[in-house]
Amino acid sequence: MTAFLLGAAAFILGTVALGLVRILRGPGNADRMLAAQLLGTGGVAALLLLGVATGVGAVSEVGLLLALLAAFGSVAFVTGAGRASDASATDSGTQGAARSEPE
Amino acid sequence: MTSALVVDAALILLVLGLALWITAARAAYGAAVGFVAYGLLLTLVWVRLAAVDVAMTEAALGSGLTGLLLLGAAARLAPYEAAEHQRRPGLGLRVLVGILCAAIAAGLAAVVLLLPDPAPSQALAVAAHLPATGLGNPVTGVLMAYRAVDTLLESVVLVPALIGVWSLSTEMSWGGRPGFLTPCRSGSALPLLARMLPPFGILVGIHLVWAGADDPGGKFQGAAVLAAMWILVMVAGLREPPPVSDRLMRFLLVVGPLCFIGIGAAGIRLAGAFLAYPEAYAKPLIIAIEVGLTISVTAVLGLLLAGPPVPEPQYQRQSRRRS
Amino acid sequence: MSLALDLFTIVAVTLGAIFFLAGTVGLLRFPDTLTRLHALTKADNLGLGLVVLGLLPQATAPLGWIGLIAVWLLALLSGATVGQLLAEAVRPPEWDQTRTPDAPPDVHPNAPEASSHD
Repeated sequence: MTAFLLGAAAFILGTVALGLVRILRGPGNADRMLAAQLLGTGGVAALLLLGVATGVGAVSEVGLLLALLAAFGSVAFVTGAGRASDASATDSGTQGAARSEPE
Repeated sequence: MTSALVVDAALILLVLGLALWITAARAAYGAAVGFVAYGLLLTLVWVRLAAVDVAMTEAALGSGLTGLLLLGAAARLAPYEAAEHQRRPGLGLRVLVGILCAAIAAGLAAVVLLLPDPAPSQALAVAAHLPATGLGNPVTGVLMAYRAVDTLLESVVLVPALIGVWSLSTEMSWGGRPGFLTPCRSGSALPLLARMLPPFGILVGIHLVWAGADDPGGKFQGAAVLAAMWILVMVAGLREPPPVSDRLMRFLLVVGPLCFIGIGAAGIRLAGAFLAYPEAYAKPLIIAIEVGLTISVTAVLGLLLAGPPVPEPQYQRQSRRRS
Repeated sequence: MSLALDLFTIVAVTLGAIFFLAGTVGLLRFPDTLTRLHALTKADNLGLGLVVLGLLPQATAPLGWIGLIAVWLLALLSGATVGQLLAEAVRPPEWDQTRTPDAPPDVHPNAPEASSHD
């Protein structure tokens, strides 16, 4: 059971890490934020599995922290996008930085 | 244990690859998003290294506050980026800097890898003296008892940092409310989150501070979570940041370091040295210091992200324009 | 009894891992930000939910269960909000102006003729 849980944790981590390719390619910054979000959720799942497998309760607490603060990256992303439109004072709307130029 | 080796190798490759991408990214905004993902990867690395306290700090700061700080900064710098890109140093200088950084990294790696096995460590001494402090978590023991002076200086230095941020305001706006976190959306998702999440966040934050005595946790992780909740409430527009001239807020900023210094000075009379704890009262004193520091660090972190004050009419204008 | 519980754990966690895989494949292969967001929220809800469900028999006492379910509920709340926030951020700017409040949309937001779309 322990080996299975550890293997599942490694598999989930590997899977969401593949999603990081979207950070490389994603035509807009919102796509990159999606990849970071998926990594966060996968990290929570992997940490929960790891915590139960090893019996160390603190690891599950790290997972709890990640789940609690999971939304903050996107909140920062969205409010930052709003501030970008303010700073440049253009009419491109708040989508300017969120869907900004491809790299 | 080859499966552990595979996982470690994959983590290392991911961290290095993402770091390379962040360095090479052209727009600061994309790089900041990459950095948020980088923080999540580092949390996993710290857990893999069995440094759970550091993993908690990385989770609390990296996914919450650092992302907000960097993305806000990148957003403000966006109009100036093209000009900055024109003026950046030439390829030769950048290659030279890259080689220098790689040399330093290689030196550090050599130092760590060439340590004698078992490496010299104070862990046994820490574990031997820990019961005298009444604590169960050796990290908290080191931070609050053995190296309390370091922690004191760290908590004191936060206040000048905040004053530095405040000093970026203009003469006329002194005394106004901090202006970086004015709400900028009128949709209902963000206020909903800001109403539902903070109760849990406050509970988790207080739990982290209390549990830090015996389990991984502590005042800094707890304060980071509490500050994140406060910032969420401010960003969603449910509460306004306090004006920088507010006396209660200023008192809360310094109550932690003052508590620390006071107990430290009392230690001169009661236990013979600055920041020495009398034997029977060690744990209650440490907890008192931690509570005070939690309050102060929360206030400082929240206000650091709230930015320098802006004059009141401009604050109203910003709020109205963005909503 | 414990064999049945272990089997339940294995099945649930495997299904959860499959949903994470589906979420990643969706993130990499779907053509558009909004559809990728859809895939992401499925991984959030079902992937994490099945993993938590599978871990319930392995966790200690009622306190462990409450902790696991609390993590899942927090992830649900965050995922729902993040979905709304990001979708609002990538919505084309003329999306509001072309619709009357009760009329169904007559142009799909991801259609090629939407003007300022990447």
